[in-house]
Amino acid sequence: MTKRRTWTYFLPYGLWLALFVIAPVALIIYQSFFDLGHHFTLSNYSTYFQSATYLKMTANSVWYAFLITLFTGLISYPTAYFIHQLKHRQFWLLLVILPTWINILLKAYAFIGIFSQAGLANQFLTFIGIGPQQILFTNASFIFVATYIQIPFMILPIYNALDDLNPAFINASRDLGASNWQTFRHVIFPLTLPGVKAGIQAVFIPSLSLFMLTRLIGGNKVITLGTAIEEHFLTTMNWGMGSTIGVILIVAMIVVMLLTGDQKREGGTPR
Amino acid sequence: MKRRFANIYLIIVFAILYAPIIFLIAYSFSQGDTMTNFHGFTWRHYQTLFSDTRMLAIVANTLLIALLSALIATLIGTLGALSITRTTKRVTRESLLTLNNVLMVSPDVIIGASFLIFFTMLKIPLGFSTVLMSHIAFEIPIVVLMVLPRLREMSASLLDAAQDLGATTRQLLTHVIIPFISPGIFAGFFMALTYSLDDFAVTFFVTGNGFSTLSVEIYSRARQGINLEINALSGVMFLFSLLLVGGYYWIQQASQKRRQRKREVVS
Amino acid sequence: MKRLISLIVGLLAICGLLAYAGHHLQASSGSTGSKVLNLYNWGDYIDPQLLTKFQKETSYHVNVETFDSNEAMYTKIKQGGTHYDLAIPSEYMVAKMKRAHLLQPLDRSRLTGLRNYDPQFMGRSFDPTNRYSLPYFWGTLGIIYNDRFVRPGTVNHWQDLWSGKYRDKIMLIDSARDIMGMALASQGQSMNTTNPQKLRAAEQKLTRLAPNVKATVADEIKMYMTQNEAPLAVDWSGEAAEMLANNHHLHYVVPSEGSNLWIDNLVIPKTAQHDRAIYAFLNFMAEPKNAAQNAEYVGYATPNRAAKALLPAAVRDDHQFYPNTTTLHHLEVYRDLSPTQVGLYNDLYLEFKMHH
Repeated sequence: MTKRRTWTYFLPYGLWLALFVIAPVALIIYQSFFDLGHHFTLSNYSTYFQSATYLKMTANSVWYAFLITLFTGLISYPTAYFIHQLKHRQFWLLLVILPTWINILLKAYAFIGIFSQAGLANQFLTFIGIGPQQILFTNASFIFVATYIQIPFMILPIYNALDDLNPAFINASRDLGASNWQTFRHVIFPLTLPGVKAGIQAVFIPSLSLFMLTRLIGGNKVITLGTAIEEHFLTTMNWGMGSTIGVILIVAMIVVMLLTGDQKREGGTPR
Repeated sequence: MKRRFANIYLIIVFAILYAPIIFLIAYSFSQGDTMTNFHGFTWRHYQTLFSDTRMLAIVANTLLIALLSALIATLIGTLGALSITRTTKRVTRESLLTLNNVLMVSPDVIIGASFLIFFTMLKIPLGFSTVLMSHIAFEIPIVVLMVLPRLREMSASLLDAAQDLGATTRQLLTHVIIPFISPGIFAGFFMALTYSLDDFAVTFFVTGNGFSTLSVEIYSRARQGINLEINALSGVMFLFSLLLVGGYYWIQQASQKRRQRKREVVS
Repeated sequence: MKRLISLIVGLLAICGLLAYAGHHLQASSGSTGSKVLNLYNWGDYIDPQLLTKFQKETSYHVNVETFDSNEAMYTKIKQGGTHYDLAIPSEYMVAKMKRAHLLQPLDRSRLTGLRNYDPQFMGRSFDPTNRYSLPYFWGTLGIIYNDRFVRPGTVNHWQDLWSGKYRDKIMLIDSARDIMGMALASQGQSMNTTNPQKLRAAEQKLTRLAPNVKATVADEIKMYMTQNEAPLAVDWSGEAAEMLANNHHLHYVVPSEGSNLWIDNLVIPKTAQHDRAIYAFLNFMAEPKNAAQNAEYVGYATPNRAAKALLPAAVRDDHQFYPNTTTLHHLEVYRDLSPTQVGLYNDLYLEFKMHH
């Protein structure tokens, strides 16, 4: 392709990058240097790093995001693996995607109905003799629902990685006398690791910033970075502080992307 | 034995994935007004839904935004993926990819807030156009991510062969590259559709002047207490998604079969 | 490739169809045309029958768009990409919008119903001469309890919420000014204090309430209280009125030692376009008959004295929602504090939420 052609192809995408990625990020960074009185200042950052509240909140969010990502991964990997072995696997994969088409708010409201005092879960607990429990507004229910929401986004990349796997490797491993477990541990899992990493990227950062669920399911007992941003932007109107936390999130995002980035090109696995 | 374990595991996972949705839809047929006790079968909530012209207009708007934005995002995203693979410098490619992923992983609130600041600066009135632009914007990266792996799989020798056979750039694109990456394009389009239908926060920020999408409307209605008309709506939406997914599956199967046949002819 | 193109064309055709259908449906629900009034209101905050009546009398069609917080409304109006003719902010937000030059002054010569308003709700500090605003509804902050779990008469004061009996039983409205204000009132302080020590003490007191807090949410409280999910809640009177209407086990108390008096007001944003429709609507809503009908539908207290007289005696004399003069005397309207002072409230409140 000629150089000029490449440029015309790149133009719409490049425009998008400039207008909707670089400009908004720049605006957020710019905004983070202003205080409530619209004066240029570094005070938002010093507040953030000196306040026990914000630091604790950050630690909390990271911990919850870690748990959500962990559980999502633990559930999703076997699911993707088993689906990949099925006969009509494309069909089953679509069934995994289907629930994501039902709006997240609707699902949250369904869970409110299920977890409430007179809800399905408590009816079940009463039925087996435990008696009704407080389920809604607990950390456990928050993690459960968040995991539920994220599962499809983890299954997809792992499934794709399994799909890209060359069956010749597995056959070779079997021919060399490796057990199923050995094949999995030394061949399948390492080769699907990029999928897992992509899944972690797709789940971890959104989990750091969940805000609807912390309120609807967690009853604002879990405060994440996302809750704080939402509150600063929409309620307290402290856009400067909100942007500062946003910048922290962007930095966290870059760190996660570096940690989970593709190293395979150096590794040189044949494709 | 192992097969059985796999099946039981999958059954449990799918049961959990679908439980809340079935729960919602089941109560759309309940005569009661809350989601705690089932009170006997009725179509009443569906009747209310279909006579609610405001709601129907909003559904049409939502679908319009979803389809149109997904279409445009797929176009731009595919071009973007093509140009990313064309870049020869590793640093450029890596930084392009990083920039691409920024919107993928940014929290919705930040995307929404920054777009709002952005539109305000440009003095663009809020409404259909701003919602459409925002949806296109946050759908592009997922399209790129879905198309890129396909492009990477495409062997250089295939392209060289086509070029040696005298294919022009245009022919190369339409006859070789696009057909090869079309599964990625379809997947990208579908993911874009999913993102659009699922979005709440971004739309919430950038909408105005009476324009509303389903999730914003649900948010404002559901906060006034549970309303089973919304359950009926999720029933309809689910049926609709089921039809779409069925159609997609059918198209995919058909194309796969054709490809297989071709392969058989070649070998 | 051909298939791809035909697919794209097909999708575009569907889009066209959807655009047409959406437009057609919107037109049939009457939201386009020139004889309109764009009202930016809280959700479910006006009797829809009044809108029909207004259209019949004046032939102006009212488009209602809703917001869920003063701040969200402020952001949208300040952004300027919208054209609302009337909005309904609370008192502190009126002051804030006024300062940001987002409001048009009212033309008093065109208002016919001013006499109907109760002077108690006019000329308050947020708009001393009612140059920009007319009161729409007013109310209080108080405690809702469910008599199936809480013995009537045992909860009368803010302090009662701190009792060890109510572990994990109280739902709080997610609002910094209100919850900090509640703690301040329980300590006998003004809900408008800007003294950092007093605020710090209030935050420490709130932290002791944390074990009793079941959740800090917003509109959902209505649903949960109606469904007997929690025995106690701190919420606004208007929300309480709706809960009480749906569940007769619920009761509302305004602590007599002091609480908040809030007033929601009709204002005209700078970007308004339909001058005539605006004044027609303001005068329509000031008519006692209409204001009374609206108050009966919405369930909040009306600042329209003539309208209050038209309400059934049972409503008019209900001290839960029209408190007696002594309690009324102890109520405070939130003063519009400076951004830094509001920031202090918000930071301390966030700290409290972190301690859950």
